[in-house]
Amino acid sequence: MDLRLLDEVATAAERDAVDSLLGAPESGWDGGTRQDSDLRYARGGHAARDQRDLLLPALHAVNDRVGWISRGALNHICRRLTVPPAEAYAVASFYAMFALHERPERVVHLCTDIACAAAGSGRLRDRLAERLGPPGTHPDDAAATWHESPCLGMCERAPAALALQAGAPARYAVSAPATPEDLDALADGPPRQNGSANGSAPVGATADSSTNGHGAAGAAFPTTFHPAPLSGLSPEPEPVAAVPDAGSPDHVLLRRIGRVDPLSLDDYRSAGGYAALREALRLGPAGVIREVTDSGLVGRGGAAFPTGRKWNATAQQPDTPHYLVCNADESEPGTFKDRVLMEGDPFSVVEAMTVAGYAIGARTGYLYIRGEYPRALRHLENALSLARERGLLGTDIMGSGFSFDIEIRRGAGAYICGEETAIFGSIEGQRGEPRTKPPFPVEKGLFGKPTAVNNVETLVNVLPVLLMGGPAYAAVGTETSTGPKLFCLSGGVRRPGLYELPFGATLGDLIEAAGGLPEGRSIRGVLLGGAAGAFVRGDELDIPLTFEGARAAGTSLGSGVVLVLDDTADLGATLARVAAFFRDESCGQCVPCRVGTVRQEESLLRLRAGASPAEEVPLLREVGQAMRDASICGLGQTAWNAVESAIDRLGLYSEEDPDTPATPAPGDRAATEEAR
Amino acid sequence: MTTPVLLPTPRRLIDATIDGETVRVPEGTTVLEACESVGTEVPTLCYGDTLTPRNACRVCVVEVEGARTLAPACSRKLEAGMSVATDSERVRHSRKMVLELLGSSVDLSTTPKVPEWMERYEAEPERFGPRAEPAALGVRDARRAGEHEPGDGAVAETVEQPAKVDNDLYVRDYSKCIMCYKCVDACGDQWQNSFAIGVAGRGFDARISTEHDVELPDSACVYCGNCIEVCPTGALSFATEFDMRKAGTWDEEKQTETTTVCTYCGVGCNVTLHVQENEIVKVSSPHDNPVTHGNLCIKGRFGFQHVQRRGGG
Repeated sequence: MDLRLLDEVATAAERDAVDSLLGAPESGWDGGTRQDSDLRYARGGHAARDQRDLLLPALHAVNDRVGWISRGALNHICRRLTVPPAEAYAVASFYAMFALHERPERVVHLCTDIACAAAGSGRLRDRLAERLGPPGTHPDDAAATWHESPCLGMCERAPAALALQAGAPARYAVSAPATPEDLDALADGPPRQNGSANGSAPVGATADSSTNGHGAAGAAFPTTFHPAPLSGLSPEPEPVAAVPDAGSPDHVLLRRIGRVDPLSLDDYRSAGGYAALREALRLGPAGVIREVTDSGLVGRGGAAFPTGRKWNATAQQPDTPHYLVCNADESEPGTFKDRVLMEGDPFSVVEAMTVAGYAIGARTGYLYIRGEYPRALRHLENALSLARERGLLGTDIMGSGFSFDIEIRRGAGAYICGEETAIFGSIEGQRGEPRTKPPFPVEKGLFGKPTAVNNVETLVNVLPVLLMGGPAYAAVGTETSTGPKLFCLSGGVRRPGLYELPFGATLGDLIEAAGGLPEGRSIRGVLLGGAAGAFVRGDELDIPLTFEGARAAGTSLGSGVVLVLDDTADLGATLARVAAFFRDESCGQCVPCRVGTVRQEESLLRLRAGASPAEEVPLLREVGQAMRDASICGLGQTAWNAVESAIDRLGLYSEEDPDTPATPAPGDRAATEEAR
Repeated sequence: MTTPVLLPTPRRLIDATIDGETVRVPEGTTVLEACESVGTEVPTLCYGDTLTPRNACRVCVVEVEGARTLAPACSRKLEAGMSVATDSERVRHSRKMVLELLGSSVDLSTTPKVPEWMERYEAEPERFGPRAEPAALGVRDARRAGEHEPGDGAVAETVEQPAKVDNDLYVRDYSKCIMCYKCVDACGDQWQNSFAIGVAGRGFDARISTEHDVELPDSACVYCGNCIEVCPTGALSFATEFDMRKAGTWDEEKQTETTTVCTYCGVGCNVTLHVQENEIVKVSSPHDNPVTHGNLCIKGRFGFQHVQRRGGG
């Protein structure tokens, strides 16, 4: 392809970051030194363009090393991968975690989403704004900049902040619950001792992992991020801290969390690991699919599609190759279950993906993990390299003749990429825009080939299915909702965290398990299923937490979010935040969602400023109905759910609503946060 | 000499109903094509007769019996036994809302047929409040994905900004852009393979952009003007048209259209000359022309000045 590039050159650090991912360039055609022979032989065509799926890892490589993507760096990536610069820019500008303007090496992402806002992130936001200026800016000599972030998936210890520090290798730190002192330390930037300033990084000490590309290997660090987090903060609690009743004998999915070292394959195997894969290889692919079908397992990502049917449909496609995609782009506000699984029991994810790949006839699986989970990424990268070492990934796994490997792809701050078709675009190096269905992923998915996309929790459920047998698994839970389920409890309960219960428990049981509400507090509303879910009232705690029970109650379990807002919560502010979330995370493809989410937010802001509900609520309903009916994907179709349920079920913005008369002025949202 | 006659593979005919009326069409026909075949008008904005449907605008949605959501007529294939409603309450509501959402955020003043549709679906874009002030040039292009400053909802956010005039041949007035993706597809692998523009940013801040928003002369643009040919709203226009509209002299009533063969090379592209007061003001190409499919190169599209250099030498 004849590329026309800007007259800008990459720095040595930028080139090194890209080349350590892709290997050294071969000729002048792909960004190397020009030689005479280049004039005789052109390199290009499909061989060059087929690397398009490395665009996202290449952008990450530069962003991780330097902190932002300069024009020269983008040029170099374009030349290396034969991508037109306008397209590379289109992709880079799609993601919130990439910067296309110079910024400090350190970026602090402060979560201001529902759970964190309810836990007082507003004060922290003001603190950061005081020190570093408005989000996205920074004083001239500052070592850090900051952004308000959508849910970081650490809701059990809200409010959360994540700092990413570019360098070779990049480093990270998590502060949750975040304190003003922690944020001060993060805003102050690194102690200047290790000389990791950009450009001066020692070439060769490369950060990029062998799991992130088409097999570039031999990096000094096996993981993307430095194993030691940034200094100056109290250490991040172990993954098990997210599971309040860890060690419970009733746990199936969480049974290894806290009991095994997540970095040790031996530990995993001694705790029953890889028994399911052995069983799968004994059963054969059709046997695995039969057990999964018999188990009644349905997807845990929110759509509740029967896993056995999905696998069977993929396995039967004549077109090859087949692909497996593990959707670990968990970004639904209030959801953190997949993070805990990946951090605390990463080998189970790898084993389950191997089983799934075996069942559907895939040789390659992609694990797409959101960019905000550096520790989970590190644990998974470690798990993959250990599994490869032991022959549990690669060719001839366990002597069965089955070959399978997993590539990790890291998202870069885009909720929409968790949509089951947008994830394909993101992996392929395109913008993460959802595709029209039909055709469905089982026919035309990743790279246009038959693909099964499964959520992390769904996959991990396959292990007990195989160990117990499908029918025995189906006996757990209720008739139509089988097996154990993870619930992410956050907000106003005493012991927020990840809970595992068999399907059939009621909402009240769950809240009780989490210690209920503190003395003197009552429930204003419970958000079930995340931002795309719906609110229920405090007097509806007898709703059974099953797919059919939630549906009968006019709500949905979604990804298992149970976010409790107590009577001190500012519901109007919460709704405005939900609306802002959907506006920010819309991909912008279709009109109902792109503009509808803006109009929805504007209307909610007017309501907060005192506009008449008699005028605004009908308008909201009209916009909401069009988003639900006419949007391309689930994001737009569900963007009005929470708002609608708050109006209809909780009575917000109606005559008898307790919140309406005392609506605080906009900008005064700290008022209720201070009350905590 | 005998030459083979190329016939398309025979397609099975299927029966379906549109608004209660039975239609029989070849398998693979879209709902939109089927509607056209029975004379049912379906409004379209992002649909292009020479491009693969992107179904982004959603103004063509129809109700398929039994489906949870509405389906875009432009890309959904009609299936045997399918029952489609093109004028149900839900369809009319979504079409009205799409027109209102676009009308309140984009300048649709040069989009054909919009006033007629607005009336038909009783759309009132003004009800979202007064329009926000247009952004200064470059502000929208600098926005970061996933971030915005929530205002107080007093004004309705728009995509309006000054037009981008950075070359002599055509103007990009993105205040009028509905993000139909057609220019990107025409510039990319569907026609021109120049890849000079892409969709940058995300959500409401998504915009058509060159890399780093550089000016067109610095980009990969080859000035074929095929993006102008497919633009449904007049966001992309000949500099002549832009200037005449500004001066108030643009008058389509006074224009004639003459289709002829381009004289530059031997390919035989058809060009349609739009002439107002004996001056060529715009050049297009017939979309059904088997040579061009509506596409031209810079010479056919913009190289018409010599035709009207009269006398004087």
